[in-house]
Amino acid sequence: MDDSSSSSMPGVLTVTDFIGDRRRLRQDKTVRGLFLGASVLSLGISALIVISLAGEALTFLRQIELSQLTDIGWFPRRGMFDVPTLLAGTFLVTGLAMFVAIPLGLGSAVYLSEYASPRVRTVVKPALEVLAGIPSVVLGFFAFTVLTPGLIQRIWSDAGAFSLLSAALGIGLLAIPLVASVSEDALHSVPDSLREASYGIGASKFTTVTRVVIPAAVSGIVGSCIVAGSRALGETMVVALAAGGSGGHLFTTDVFNSGLTMTAAMASLATGTDAVKGSAAAFQSLFFVGFLLFVMTFVVNLIADRFVRRVRQRY
Amino acid sequence: MAESYSVPRPDVPMPQTRESKARTALTRVGFDFKGHGFRGLLSASVGLSLFALFFLLYGVTSDGIPVLAERGWDFLSSPLSADPSRTGVWQGLKGTIQLVVFILVFAVPVGMASAVYLEEYAEDTWFTRFVSLNIRNLAGVPSVVYGILGLSVFVKFLGDFTGGRSVISAGFTLSILVLPLVIIAAMEALRAVPQSHREGAFGLGATRWEVIRHQVIPYAMPGIATGIVLSVLRALGETAPLILVGAVSGFFTTGDQNVVEDLQGPFTALPMLIFSWARQPKAEFEELTSAVIVVTLFVLLLSTLAAVLVRNRFEKRRQG
Repeated sequence: MDDSSSSSMPGVLTVTDFIGDRRRLRQDKTVRGLFLGASVLSLGISALIVISLAGEALTFLRQIELSQLTDIGWFPRRGMFDVPTLLAGTFLVTGLAMFVAIPLGLGSAVYLSEYASPRVRTVVKPALEVLAGIPSVVLGFFAFTVLTPGLIQRIWSDAGAFSLLSAALGIGLLAIPLVASVSEDALHSVPDSLREASYGIGASKFTTVTRVVIPAAVSGIVGSCIVAGSRALGETMVVALAAGGSGGHLFTTDVFNSGLTMTAAMASLATGTDAVKGSAAAFQSLFFVGFLLFVMTFVVNLIADRFVRRVRQRY
Repeated sequence: MAESYSVPRPDVPMPQTRESKARTALTRVGFDFKGHGFRGLLSASVGLSLFALFFLLYGVTSDGIPVLAERGWDFLSSPLSADPSRTGVWQGLKGTIQLVVFILVFAVPVGMASAVYLEEYAEDTWFTRFVSLNIRNLAGVPSVVYGILGLSVFVKFLGDFTGGRSVISAGFTLSILVLPLVIIAAMEALRAVPQSHREGAFGLGATRWEVIRHQVIPYAMPGIATGIVLSVLRALGETAPLILVGAVSGFFTTGDQNVVEDLQGPFTALPMLIFSWARQPKAEFEELTSAVIVVTLFVLLLSTLAAVLVRNRFEKRRQG
């Protein structure tokens, strides 16, 4: 400001007038720096996850012999750390959950985006959001108190009180709104001109939806399924409550009886901490499984991210 | 049958003799089996999902409502006890409220600052893209993994400050968990602010921070507030990280303590009570679990209602 007063002609603006006064610029710079710091913090969190998990996972691997990683089952307190047991349980539960969530979620998404009247939309969408907002521990309770005796044991009478199937159904319910909302976004972002062109050449609604709209949104739809899969991989509470298998489990592929997933193994290691403390390797295995899970979901999430963003960029 | 109802695809050359066929196909009024069947399937999937939702809500709350009706206020204000007829959820309710305060104090300001930087200040460089990719990835990291992070960093490494398995450790862990969610929601809200609002203020000589402070944030506030509430709701229901950080699954007493001792001492939260009571062998605890679920869902419902009100308020102010 003081620079501009040196200008001889009153009322004439010079470049210095547009720079603004120093105090305000400094404030802007300070805020920018602080906010940059806040953004960099998230990088720090990632680094912290990788460093702390990888470090402890390595410590675990050094404490045990590698043959312990392929034993007859996962019994950390007895020094049996069979990774295939956990992987089999995890993939079975995730696969079955997707078997429930993908058809129902996709069907709901297509219905909401292409068929539903505005009135139906305003009722159904919030209802699905409610389903998404229910804590997973509640779904776990539901799975083993209602789904197991009320549905699973009625159809398959030899199913156990705890089963991988029950956990999978619970997770499937939980993943429906996830599939539905991401795919609905993708379907919604398909421009109307594509639909109109299709109707214009005489295509029916069915043909338009299945041959034009869905193919145009396919990468977002695939992305939504992968996102849901990643969520199912990492879901803990439903499995911890409904699948049994706390403390350890033999290798199994029987979904009608109890089993163990990576997440459930972690939860049971943590709930029994006091008992585990004696054996350092058992407690340390927590970090090893955690790191494995982190790497798996990280890869899956990267893939899903590519798919979901592709549809957004195109339209 | 149904195939003749749709028009031949334009890329398939249509023989002369089929022209009349096509015309009749287009003008004929018939029952579109395929279309109606498809629509029926879609409606069925919506119906089944909604049915599952209502069945779920009914299934988890029906046993608990009688307990709440009988115990009333006493259930909310009693401390934990091994005796099912006397135990209450007070400590869980308190823990949950404390955790929410932690999130509001730590995750929300940092998340908003980070979102403002990425949307308003940062240029489109490889670094910015890397940071946002990293945030999207963090949002997909399973909550147990955050639990392990909390265990190794806050419980073990910073144990002297946090008191180990305490509400401080859990509060920081959950704050880290919701941070990416807050950032993503706030970024989306900021992106929806019309560019003309910024340009108008820049044209009047405002600095970038003044534009953000007086134009961008007020306009984006309804969206940001909704995003924050959704993140908090998510954190309210998280159980896995609490198990890892070591929320108490049995019962404990809280006597006369000062604030610091209280924050560094043993704690629990509503979802943790659901988990630990669901695993209790005593039959009475099944009803009690249902009762805690009712309380938890009620807290979630109240927060959602609050969010809707706040959102409407901000929106009204924006339209002014």
